[in-house]
Amino acid sequence: MSNSDRFSLSMRLFHWGMAALVVSMLAAGLLMITSLQPWQLTLLTAHKAFGVIAIILVMARLINRLRHRLPPLPGDLSAAQQWGAKASHWLLYGLLFAMPLSGYLMQYFAGRPIELFGWFRLPAALQVDIHNYALFRELHGWLAIALIGVIALHVGAALHHHFVRKDNVLKSML
Amino acid sequence: MKYLYFALLLAPAAGLTADVPPQVSAQQFVDLQQGNSSFAGFRRAHAKGLCVTGEFRANGNLADYSKASLFKAGTTPFTGRLSIAGNNPTAPDLKAPVRSLALSFALSRTEQWRLAMNTPPVMAVADPHTFYQQIQAIQAGPAAIKQFFAEHPESSEFSAWAGQYQPSGSFAAETYHSINAFYLVNAGGDQHAVRWAMQPTVSVAATDLKDDDALHQEISSRIAAKPVVFDWVFTLAEPTDDETNPTKAWPASRQQINAGQIVLTGTTAQLEGDCHAINFDPLVLPSGITATADPILRARSAAYAESYRRRAKEQLHGALEGSNNE
Repeated sequence: MSNSDRFSLSMRLFHWGMAALVVSMLAAGLLMITSLQPWQLTLLTAHKAFGVIAIILVMARLINRLRHRLPPLPGDLSAAQQWGAKASHWLLYGLLFAMPLSGYLMQYFAGRPIELFGWFRLPAALQVDIHNYALFRELHGWLAIALIGVIALHVGAALHHHFVRKDNVLKSML
Repeated sequence: MKYLYFALLLAPAAGLTADVPPQVSAQQFVDLQQGNSSFAGFRRAHAKGLCVTGEFRANGNLADYSKASLFKAGTTPFTGRLSIAGNNPTAPDLKAPVRSLALSFALSRTEQWRLAMNTPPVMAVADPHTFYQQIQAIQAGPAAIKQFFAEHPESSEFSAWAGQYQPSGSFAAETYHSINAFYLVNAGGDQHAVRWAMQPTVSVAATDLKDDDALHQEISSRIAAKPVVFDWVFTLAEPTDDETNPTKAWPASRQQINAGQIVLTGTTAQLEGDCHAINFDPLVLPSGITATADPILRARSAAYAESYRRRAKEQLHGALEGSNNE
């Protein structure tokens, strides 16, 4: 495989680093809203702090992506498949922005400042707004379900390329 | 003989399951609290209450123990809520076994503090899963709760308190306890385990009023006439005290610090006041206060969040439209 067939090192690092972060965040989110265990508070605090890291990373990642040339999609993909591949990737980017943003806004309107590892705190509303809290709380939940769905599609497509079509798409990210 | 071996094999397992209650989720917990008849748009616990406003007048005595800005000598406004235990927003005031005071200090955009305090000084149980069983027993009736207390010796201090507690005729004459312990952290990073109580400055004899809203009407007219004052008294733990066990009070000899006065100056019906929108999750803490490992305290964020999410969503869907908040 030549270098032009592969994603740049920075793109691969962003991809796998954020994959690990996003899967951990989704798992933590689903766990912390149900658990009454003593570690729930620790997990909740970490989830919020890593959410701030996630939105910084996704911005850096987007800039990095726009500066790099992508390996071309396999030439034998139909136009619809090519469109689907591109659309699902931009949908993923959109969700990666919307998740931490909706999470922050629900905390903002609930009047809960977010603490980052004891370094500093993000501001929250002085006056709680239960209406906007409800809006962003429900949005955060629905976006999480959408993100899980699109990730499943993404992983399924990667495995399909590798094992069924036996092309270089998965390898280009390794 | 075979059965005997089998029984012996099972005995330790049976003993173990008696000690470890089934683990419940935040959703199961709030389901139990709201019961079969939930009141859309209202809190699932302590559904009936009223909003209060006022200020904390700090004397500065606690400033060396916590860097939280409100403990420096001076005044800090708050939004608060007085309430009674239970899931029914129209329940009779005087039938409730527990009364509560919650406060919200919006110190700045980055520093907020929510406090949720109740009349009992201790919990009957030490973890949320056993607390779930206690609520089940309360809902099952007097015989069940009696049996529950008998099977849970850790509830002895709570039972002793409940046995001698005489409800007063006013929200103004109750003592409201943090119950759970927290750490105060000062500018030098020193940490002290504390509990606190809002101690009344008036005494009011029990009332024989039959009105469902007796306490609500009493406190509204009392505050309208004159501010209601509590002393905010902190108790400092010694190294031998267990700050993670909410069922055990610390010895009366422990050092106490009066941090200043909580002054209630106004009341508003809950759906018209600012307190309705607030989730009084006691784990919303400013710099200078942190949570202990107390399992009941640590379970509160998830349970409060579930109750808050439910009522917020109901309100978004119009649950409270047409009530007297508009």
